[in-house]
Amino acid sequence: MNPLILWFHKFGSPPYFYRVAGRWLPWLYVTALALGVWGFYGGLFIAPSDYQQGDSFRIMYVHVPCAWMSLFAYGFMAINGFIALVWRIKLSETLAMAAAPVGAAFTFVTLVTGSLWGKPMWGTWWTWDARLTSELVLLFLYFGVIGLYNAIEDTRQAARAAAFVALVGVVNLPIVHYSVVWWNTLHQGSTVSLLGPSKIDARMLWPLLVLAIATHVYFFASVLARARAMLVELESGKDWVRELSLRAQVSHV
Amino acid sequence: MKPGTTTAACVALLRRDFLLVWRRRGDALNPLLFAIMVVALFPLALGPETALLARIAAGTILVAVLLAMLLSLDTLFRSDLEDGSLEQLVLSPHPLSLLLACKVLVHWVTTAVPLLAVSPLLAQLLHMPGSVVSILLIVLALATPLLSLIGAVCVALTVGMRRSGMLLSLLVLPLIVPVLIFGAGACDAAQMGLPYAAPVLWLGAWLVIAVVAAPLAAAAALKISMT
Amino acid sequence: MTPSPDESPPLLQAAALAYARNSESVFGPIDFELRAGDIVLIEGDNGSGKTTLLKVLSGLLAPTSGHVHLHGAPLTLAKLSHQVALLGHLLGMKVELSTLENLNFAVGLGGIRAGITPRLALASVGLEGYEDQPVRTLSAGQRKRVALARLLLVPAGLWLLDEPYANLDRNGIELVNRLLDNHARRGGAALITSHGAYAYTSGTPRRLSLHAAA
Repeated sequence: MNPLILWFHKFGSPPYFYRVAGRWLPWLYVTALALGVWGFYGGLFIAPSDYQQGDSFRIMYVHVPCAWMSLFAYGFMAINGFIALVWRIKLSETLAMAAAPVGAAFTFVTLVTGSLWGKPMWGTWWTWDARLTSELVLLFLYFGVIGLYNAIEDTRQAARAAAFVALVGVVNLPIVHYSVVWWNTLHQGSTVSLLGPSKIDARMLWPLLVLAIATHVYFFASVLARARAMLVELESGKDWVRELSLRAQVSHV
Repeated sequence: MKPGTTTAACVALLRRDFLLVWRRRGDALNPLLFAIMVVALFPLALGPETALLARIAAGTILVAVLLAMLLSLDTLFRSDLEDGSLEQLVLSPHPLSLLLACKVLVHWVTTAVPLLAVSPLLAQLLHMPGSVVSILLIVLALATPLLSLIGAVCVALTVGMRRSGMLLSLLVLPLIVPVLIFGAGACDAAQMGLPYAAPVLWLGAWLVIAVVAAPLAAAAALKISMT
Repeated sequence: MTPSPDESPPLLQAAALAYARNSESVFGPIDFELRAGDIVLIEGDNGSGKTTLLKVLSGLLAPTSGHVHLHGAPLTLAKLSHQVALLGHLLGMKVELSTLENLNFAVGLGGIRAGITPRLALASVGLEGYEDQPVRTLSAGQRKRVALARLLLVPAGLWLLDEPYANLDRNGIELVNRLLDNHARRGGAALITSHGAYAYTSGTPRRLSLHAAA
């Protein structure tokens, strides 16, 4: 068998995942924290003030990484949901459902910071522009996924149903986005592009990229931690979890 | 032994469901009354000023009709689940997607068509210009089947739950945002004398896709939530 | 009528079949076979997973582990075609419709066995004259009889009956036993759950015990 597929199968087994993820977790948290501190220091103290927006643009260092993460988390959830539906891999179900609340939190922070940023920029807390509206619909999609997952009693069935909603949302999101763009747009154009030349000062840009990496690392740390807890609950009848709890009791004594 | 054909199964299902709606025809009026009441609330809340009401007429009617259909969606599979008919449908040898498409058709004919019929009256209540009413009817004729189809997928996912009303709305509403935007957009454009063909054609395109994809998705969703 | 055991694959075969909900075992693992003409009684206390077993065997639920083979081929919902009839706790009837309308729908959905009509089926479960009665006006036992009439109509070789004796009077119980005898004689097979108060009595049915999960 292809070594990649072999690794995939091995990683897909809950006990193996639990062990490996447990080993990775502290490193991920430390990396995320270090990058976050570095990025925020760069963003809040080193980067120069914007000639138009003054210091209020600095909220970008929270807003933009969170906005990227809200989409990244959705993509992560949808891909895992797809794997869960097609190949019925338990780990993918768990990862998809572990990502949903984290993604929803990023989306919520994006909306709040966007609205805070909007007050000095547009003179209003909320404007129905394309990206904010799409982000709001995204939040509702997350709520739908989480709500469905919590409403169905059988955990695995719930995960499959919620993954299904996530996939329907993938089809829907671009449609929502472009329909809202068509409907109305006020938002400033995209200022960071990874491929073309960037339109902002390099001293403003690097903290943003560092923070983007930090949020990604934090996302994975948080999802792995949640997935570990969910797997232990899901597999509570299995031998490896019994051994785990026995060992925990022994080490407490 | 004579195994039934799929056509016979669809005909039997259509006949049974229409017969059921007919036997419970009082219930079938509820969405209609709901839509009329919602529309009647707007002049009471905003004041009877003709220009204002004409401005918001299209959007209000679309929202009222979509909400009325959303309310009725909950019953799409509910009674079939409660009396065990849904099990028999899932176990039948025919493609479940076709059987569900039949059920969606019955839902659309019995809920949306009466709403379509009453919408010129609603337009009058809100002083909508006569020239826009025909566009509103076209938009509703495209938007309501879309809602029935998209809604069927979401109902199929929530079918086992006792109180699924709020969750169902939470699942359906984000999915029908584009339908609402383009439907209201077409009516607004027509009202301002601008070309309105593009949004109407977009709705038509989505309807074509939904007619093909939604029954398959609903069948897959139902199998997830029942098995 | 009954083929010798060695030649054809059994009508239904379950191997190491188990079902778990949220990793709590509902039943199994169990093994059994069902051949043409077999009537098997599934016994077990409340909560021992009898109903769940029938749902797994009908293909409605996917087993957590193990296999079900129908005529030697793996069981999936898509391959069920006209082979299994399930009579559950919920009878699958519309109370607004008459008995005949309900049966006509069942025939449209599932096809019809040769040499029988919905009216004949109603007569053979003792409901002659009730053709146009809405099911709502029938008693629980009479509704059960309508559901039994549906079993007679649809061309399924394997009957999965969940508590077929519940709600039935002495005549009704005899009726179920008679229907089962006829079904077995035609080469059909049936799995019946019962909590034990009444049971299939004619002949010596095989028994399959499910024990409540520890």
